Amino acid sequence: MQKENNKISDETKASPSGRFGGAAVLKAVSLNKFFYEPEEFHVLKNVSFEVKKGEFVSIVGKSGCGKSTLLYLLSTMDTDYTGEVFVNDVLLTGKTQNELAKFRNEHIGFVFQFHFLLPEFSALKNVMIPIQKLGKYSTSECEDRAYEKLKWLDMQNFATKLSSKLSGGQQQRVAIARALVNDPTIIMGDEPTGNLDSTNTKIVFEILKDISKNKGQTIIAVTHDLEFAENTDRIIEMKDGEIIRQ
Amino acid sequence: MNVNFEIAKTHLLAKPRQTLIAMLGVTFGIGMYILMISFMQGFNEFLQDTLLSSTPDIKIYNDIKTDFSHSILDEIYDTSKTMNVVHHPKPKDITPNIKSSARIIEDLKSDERVLAVSPVLSTQVFYVSGPVQINGTLSGVNILEEAQLTGLVSKMKTGKIENLLTIDNGILMGHSLANKLNVRTGDIVTLATPNGTSMRFRVVGTFQFGVGTLDNVKCYVNLSKVQQLVGKDNQYVTDIGIKLKNYELATEIAAEFANRYGYKADDWKTTNASAMVSILIRNVMTIVVSFTLLAVAGFGIYNIMSMTIQNKLKDIAILKAEGFSSGDIRTIFLTESVTIGVLGALTGLLLGFAMSSGVYSLPFPKNDFISITHFPVVFHTKHYLFGLAFGIITTFLAGLMPSIRAGKVDPVAILRG
Repeated sequence: MQKENNKISDETKASPSGRFGGAAVLKAVSLNKFFYEPEEFHVLKNVSFEVKKGEFVSIVGKSGCGKSTLLYLLSTMDTDYTGEVFVNDVLLTGKTQNELAKFRNEHIGFVFQFHFLLPEFSALKNVMIPIQKLGKYSTSECEDRAYEKLKWLDMQNFATKLSSKLSGGQQQRVAIARALVNDPTIIMGDEPTGNLDSTNTKIVFEILKDISKNKGQTIIAVTHDLEFAENTDRIIEMKDGEIIRQ
Repeated sequence: MNVNFEIAKTHLLAKPRQTLIAMLGVTFGIGMYILMISFMQGFNEFLQDTLLSSTPDIKIYNDIKTDFSHSILDEIYDTSKTMNVVHHPKPKDITPNIKSSARIIEDLKSDERVLAVSPVLSTQVFYVSGPVQINGTLSGVNILEEAQLTGLVSKMKTGKIENLLTIDNGILMGHSLANKLNVRTGDIVTLATPNGTSMRFRVVGTFQFGVGTLDNVKCYVNLSKVQQLVGKDNQYVTDIGIKLKNYELATEIAAEFANRYGYKADDWKTTNASAMVSILIRNVMTIVVSFTLLAVAGFGIYNIMSMTIQNKLKDIAILKAEGFSSGDIRTIFLTESVTIGVLGALTGLLLGFAMSSGVYSLPFPKNDFISITHFPVVFHTKHYLFGLAFGIITTFLAGLMPSIRAGKVDPVAILRG
């Protein structure tokens, strides 16, 4: 496995137009971040890397190595850092919160360890909200698109159920449908399988793999699960705020 | 429907009991405000109407003072060395009438701000009917002119004011006074003056202003009869009553007349000073109590919104991750509190209207001082509009702070757990 991963990273280094050719979808340039509470702490030290279109990348490392912090920097929700983040060659660093919110809505989908579905809404409505926010489609079109995503995840039978009434695996699938509904450029996962049993972990992994392979969407997932990581296209390993392997 | 409003709606409907309780706070506040203002305003308007119909807008009269602090001796003998002392000063017998009243009346009638002028001769009398003797005031008037000044025509309980003109020695009597004397229309009553003269009159009508201080003591007879009773000439009048085209200007015009004619001139607000103070106090009380009620409702909403937002931190974080801006989050929660405000205020208006109608139908306890059959309540659209606006503004302000806080929630801190 180790060898194979090295091979992939060597490949990407040697020929950018290898398996994941073309321009980088995501580019991070010398990211630095400090925590000031409870005491000053250098979380990310000069982190730079690129992710190509359609790549399924996992970020691994011990607790406190800065992998989640890095993910939330890339997600545009955390803007308190130095360095530059590009998505599709657009510089996101320095944009206003409102511009970033709009950008997230259109280009970034999130899957978290916990599903974070809105409990008062049905599964379908949870998936619909981001696409309604996009404001490009009529309500019925939004509903069709959301339903299509649920169907793709084999959740169409639960569309009208309240999200709080679904099982853990079902909820995570609805959450994935929600992340996919605007066909985002990048899907970011923070321990997407961290709260699931092995069966559901497998299902979710297969779904993610399928997305990156067949739909060409880029996936970046932070994980503790080494088995999960080893099956991704590339592993970025972090230690003490630095990338030690990619 | 905008997705922000849809989320707000779902939140409100998901917890109907909490929404209802928040709403009831506003409902009760606005309802009580409407009841208070309708009732208080109704009572004030009733009182003001009664006062205006029983007193002239301006009354000119001769205010007699007996001032012994200054002596005419001081102008003759130097007071720097000696002091002039007058033992047992006694005022000259002064007639309290208005001199050259005819000219003043002519002058007043030519003033374009004046609608009507009525000369009055007032005197203290004893009403005697058999063994009963009651003292009171007698007003000698030209009844048709006097009727223009006050609401006498509409306040007649029995008889007509014109009876004074047709029946010799007729008298119009306060209703309560007639009851005390046990006389009715057609009965004879004897009037005696402090000077010892007396005269017999026939009751030709009774009136009820609804003000005890008038109905218990006052009578009207023809001016010439009173002049005859007190033994004075036909120019002798003590008061001149004036009705203005705009009674709100009474204060300024009264001052001007006092200056011009050299007599005291009181506007209706001065004449009824104590009543005007009670009107003011009621207005202030209404405002204070209503404001308190709405402020309490506002704090209730503030509490509920703060709690809701505290419980929804995760939802706020995920909405932000999905691309909702701080402004969107603010809009969602502000929409919720304003919706509570609008619904609460509207039901409050209904409640207020229902309660006001209820109070309006209640009989007013019978008494000698005010004659009304039921509680005076007014139904003014402006009170309802104000209540609605006040309710919405209060809930907007109450929801504003929690909503701004919701907008500032940092999604990273919550999503990282």
